[in-house]
Amino acid sequence: MGRPGSMIGFNVDDGFLEAILRGYRSGILSSVDYVNLTQCETLEDLRMHLSSTDYGNFLQNEPSPLATATIAEYATKKLVDEFRAIHVQAVEPLRTFLNYVTYPYMIDNLVLLITGTLQNRDVSELIDKCHPLGMFNSMASLSIASTVEELYREILVDTPLAPYFADCVSMDDLTDVNIEIIRNVLYKAYLEDFYQYCVKELGGTTAEIMGEILQFEADRRAINITLNSFGTSLSKEERAKLFPTIGELEPEGLMRLAKADDAQTVALAIDGYGTFRRLFQIAADTPDKSLEDAFFQHEVSLCKLAFEQQFHYGVFYAYLRLKEQEVRNIVWIAECISQKQKRRINNYIPIF
Amino acid sequence: MESEGTSVFWSCWFFGFLPQCYPYWWSLFESISPYSFATLGTALAIGISVLGAAWGIFITGSSLVGAAIKAPRIQSKNLISVIFCEAVAIYGVIMAIIMQTKISEAEGTPSAYAGYGLFATGLTVGFANLFCGLAVGVTGSSCALADAQNPALFVKILIVEIFGSALGLFGVIIGIIM
Repeated sequence: MGRPGSMIGFNVDDGFLEAILRGYRSGILSSVDYVNLTQCETLEDLRMHLSSTDYGNFLQNEPSPLATATIAEYATKKLVDEFRAIHVQAVEPLRTFLNYVTYPYMIDNLVLLITGTLQNRDVSELIDKCHPLGMFNSMASLSIASTVEELYREILVDTPLAPYFADCVSMDDLTDVNIEIIRNVLYKAYLEDFYQYCVKELGGTTAEIMGEILQFEADRRAINITLNSFGTSLSKEERAKLFPTIGELEPEGLMRLAKADDAQTVALAIDGYGTFRRLFQIAADTPDKSLEDAFFQHEVSLCKLAFEQQFHYGVFYAYLRLKEQEVRNIVWIAECISQKQKRRINNYIPIF
Repeated sequence: MESEGTSVFWSCWFFGFLPQCYPYWWSLFESISPYSFATLGTALAIGISVLGAAWGIFITGSSLVGAAIKAPRIQSKNLISVIFCEAVAIYGVIMAIIMQTKISEAEGTPSAYAGYGLFATGLTVGFANLFCGLAVGVTGSSCALADAQNPALFVKILIVEIFGSALGLFGVIIGIIM
């Protein structure tokens, strides 16, 4: 929260929730826990080790041959339950902030449902695969839309994603390529909106911390869009329109990225920016780490910094990201164990 | 056009009307009984101190209650922070009682100095305790959260709180001298 003296007013509405959240944060697995997990031989051992951590008996009712998908599902469920426990008790402006945090999941669910509908899958089966944090009303009726305009007019105008659709309504058909473009356009509009909200309306420590995290997210997306677009039919102008403009790569880095042709030119484009040069260097030096891993690691370090200060909203966002990383780590370790490929089991990203 | 009119109006007020009335205004101020200043001072002493104490208690309390959900062991030790805030209110009560005794001791028409002195005492003690309560509240909240994560931090942050609570004591000392 903003203005000087926000320390003395913050606890009125949000002190209790911040304290609960910090209680959850103490339950994030430490590096000692991860070492124990990597030494497990089977998934049963993994379940036993996890039951002595904050996860407790979350897999208690599952029958014996465990699958990694089940572990992932239950770990995500724990994360969702914790987030929801805080979300329902929040008042303004924290409630709006937490709503913003759920929008990316809505965007992902939307794209999942449309893609599934195009491939003529059953809607109820798809809804089971959707992320619980991104549910919105009228999900079941997404199958009736065939053009983007119908999609917007009939269904999405009632959801919170409506203002982000302004840029996409001009597209004609819902093809596979178009859907990816829709996802990126929506995400760009969402990131810029969220950034404006944090910096303009909330201000203060929240703006400082969330601003840094969101700028990194924007730049990371720009780099990923560029790297993924090599070899597809996406033209350079269209690619440039998908880059979010709030990051530190704007304007020169984004201009160079828009003109890039291969991985070399991308590395040259971001060469002037210290953080990204360092991350590309890490990815190039260690053969086991990909660029994505380096990005995740940097995101984890930014989120850890959010917990250093009190009386701001950044901790809520940071906790969600750290918990997601933890779920990814557990799933990675579980996969390595179940496939008996323990060579790269230490590729998880330790958090605390 | 309009700003010219308002500036003419205000310059007439300040340079025309007020100086003529000035001697009367001062005697108006002078004739306020010292009793009213003294009792106002007493009210401020207790009122604003309690505001500071209450503010500090809710800042600490909300964090303490939330953090104790995951870490119940912190409840008893962290009540010390709440007690520091409460002490601030007690300082205010003590000062108000002392001031009230001084008021009832005065016979007849006391001097203007006595009245102004008690008013200033009230203000000093009140505001010192207000900011002390706020400081101890914020520190107490951080103390509760840090203790929940790592028990070794409790005593260290308590030392910061002790310094904060000294602020209220300064106010009381100066108040008594006045």
